[in-house]
Amino acid sequence: MASIDATTKVQTIRRNLASRRYTVTASLVALLVLTFALALYLGDYHVEPAGVVRSLLSPFTGDVNKGVDFIVLNVRLPRATLAVLTGISFGLSGIIFQMLLRNPLASPDIIGISHGASASAVFCIIVLGMSGIVVSFGAFMGAILTAVLIYALAWRDGVTPYRVVLIGIGMSAIMAAIMSFLFTRARLFEVQQAMAWLVGSLNAARVADIAPLAIALVVLVPVTVALVRGLDALQLGDDTATALGARVEFTRLGLIVAGVAYAAFATAAVGPVTFVAFVAGPIARSLLAGSGKGFVQAGLVGALVMLGSDLVAQHALPSVQLPVGVVTGVFGALFLLWLLIASNRAGRVN
Amino acid sequence: MSVDHQLLAAGMDLGYGDRKVVSDLNLTIPPGKLTVIVGANACGKSTVLRGLARLLSPTKGAVYLDGKPIHTMSTRDVATVLGVLPQSPIAPDAIVVADLVGRGRYPHQGWFRRWTPEDDAAVAEALRATDTLELADRPVDELSGGQRQRVWIAMALAQQTDLLLLDEPTTFLDINHQVEVLDLLTDLVKNSGRTVAVVLHDLNLACRYADHIVAMKAGRLVAEGRPAEVMTEAVVADVFGMASRVVIDPVSDTPMIIPIGRHHVHARAFA
Repeated sequence: MASIDATTKVQTIRRNLASRRYTVTASLVALLVLTFALALYLGDYHVEPAGVVRSLLSPFTGDVNKGVDFIVLNVRLPRATLAVLTGISFGLSGIIFQMLLRNPLASPDIIGISHGASASAVFCIIVLGMSGIVVSFGAFMGAILTAVLIYALAWRDGVTPYRVVLIGIGMSAIMAAIMSFLFTRARLFEVQQAMAWLVGSLNAARVADIAPLAIALVVLVPVTVALVRGLDALQLGDDTATALGARVEFTRLGLIVAGVAYAAFATAAVGPVTFVAFVAGPIARSLLAGSGKGFVQAGLVGALVMLGSDLVAQHALPSVQLPVGVVTGVFGALFLLWLLIASNRAGRVN
Repeated sequence: MSVDHQLLAAGMDLGYGDRKVVSDLNLTIPPGKLTVIVGANACGKSTVLRGLARLLSPTKGAVYLDGKPIHTMSTRDVATVLGVLPQSPIAPDAIVVADLVGRGRYPHQGWFRRWTPEDDAAVAEALRATDTLELADRPVDELSGGQRQRVWIAMALAQQTDLLLLDEPTTFLDINHQVEVLDLLTDLVKNSGRTVAVVLHDLNLACRYADHIVAMKAGRLVAEGRPAEVMTEAVVADVFGMASRVVIDPVSDTPMIIPIGRHHVHARAFA
C-alpha cells in the first residue's frame, strides 16, 4: 500500500484543485448576480435601487406601482433573464463541441450549426413570409437538420473531430451562400427583417420567449450532468476511454445531441448571437487552469458575456440601442485573433 | 491481487475495413508473467494487442476473458480486470499529473459512487510505483517524454487491474527510460503477481525482460515461448528477414541479437 504521506499528498493536490474550482465558480456567480442587478437598475427610465427591490417583491407584498413595475418586471427582468438563459445555453453548447472535438475553434457558431439555423430563419422570413415565433421554430429545425447533416457526412466508421470541423466549416459556407442567394431574391423590407434577426438581439425579449428555453434547460442540464462523467475518460482519446470502460459512442452521441439542442433553443430565442459559444469555454478553462473540465464555469461565463454585452449594447451609445450581437461580435473577433496568435506562438494550430 | 485471470484469443481474425491484418490467431497470455510481442513493422502486433484489449472487434473468432467472450461483457466489468495503455493517449490541456492518474479510477466509480479515500490511496500507490510522486502537482504538458510515459503507466496502474496490456510503452524514450519502464513492469509481475503483456520494438530488451515472447510475421504467430528457446537465428531471419548472430547477453544471460548488414561485417562473423 502507498504510504500515508503519499496519500495525503494526493488528497492535498485534489483539495487545492477543488478549492481553485470553487473560487472561480463563486467569483463568476457573484459577478453574474452583480451584473444582473445592474441590468435591472440601468435604463432610460430611472428607478431607485429600492424601487427595483420593491418591484421585484411586489407580486408577494402587493405593494404595486404600475408604471415602475412594468419597466422592471415586464421589460428589464425578462430581458436580463433571457440573456442569462441564452448565455448559459450558448456557453454549454460551445464547451461541449470544443471538448468533444478537442479544438477551441469547434464551437457551434464556427462549425455551421448557427449558420444552418440562420439560413432556415432567412428562408422562413423571405420565402415563406413568416415572422415571430414561427421563425424561431424554423431556426430551431434548421440547426437540428444541419447538425444531422454534418454528422452524417463526417461519419466513416465513427466520427473523427477533424472531419467534423472541416465538414462543419464547409457547411457554414454553403449556408452562407444559400442566405446570399435568398437575399438577392428578397424585397427590401424582408431583408431588413432578416438582417435584424441575423444580428441577434434581446431588444424584443418577452416573457413568452423565456418559457421554451427554460423548459429545454430543465431537461438538458440533467442529461448533460449525467453524460459529463464519461468525458473524464473520453478526453484521453477513444482507445483509452474504451480501455477505462466508458461507452464512447453513446456518450459522444448524447453530448452532441445536447450540444445541438442548447445551440438550437438559444438561437431560436435570440438569433445567432455570435461568438458567445466560442469564447465561453476557453475563458472558463483558462480561469480554471487545469482544475476542472469547466462546464459549469463555461455556462456562467456565457451568461456573463451575454448579459454584459447586452448592457454595453443598450447603454454604450447615448441615443441608439445596438443589437447585442454587434457587441459580442466585436468582443469575440478580438478574442479569436488573440487565440490564433497565442496558439501560433505556442507552435500549434489545432 | 492474487487471482489469476485468463486472457486468450481463439481463431481470431482482425482487420480495418476490408484490410485483414491478423489471421487465425490462437494466443494465450500466460498468467503471472511478462509477455512481450515482437515483430517487424506492420506485422500486426499492435493490432493483436488492440484485439485482446477489446478495442477492436475480431471479424472471426473471439477473445475470451476468464472463459467469457470479451466483446459480450460489459465494458466496465472488463475495465476492472483488464487495464490497457494504448499507443497514443491524449492528455487534456493543462491537466495536472494527479488528476490524470486519477482518471484511471474511472471504472471504479459511477454516478452514485464518487471519489473516495480508497481512490486517493490507489492514485498514491500508482504514483509511488512509477516514481512520479514528486511530479504529482505538475501539469502534464511540462513533463519530459520519459516522465510523461511513466505518468501514463501510473494512470493504467491506478485502474488496479490484474491484467495489463501496453502498446509500445517505450517508444520515443531514451534507453535509460526504456529500462526504467521495463523494470517497473517486471516489478508489477514479480511483486504483485500481475499479468502483463506488452508490444516492444527493441528485440534485445524484449529478450531480456520477457518471461514469454511472442514473435509475429505478416499477421501470423511464428513462434512463442521462453526467449532462450524461441529467439534463434532462424526465427530472427524468418520474422525480420535479416541475418544475425544470437549471442548470450553478458548482463542477463538471455539471447542477444546482433544484426548482420552489408557493411561493417568482418569475415569471422560467418565462421
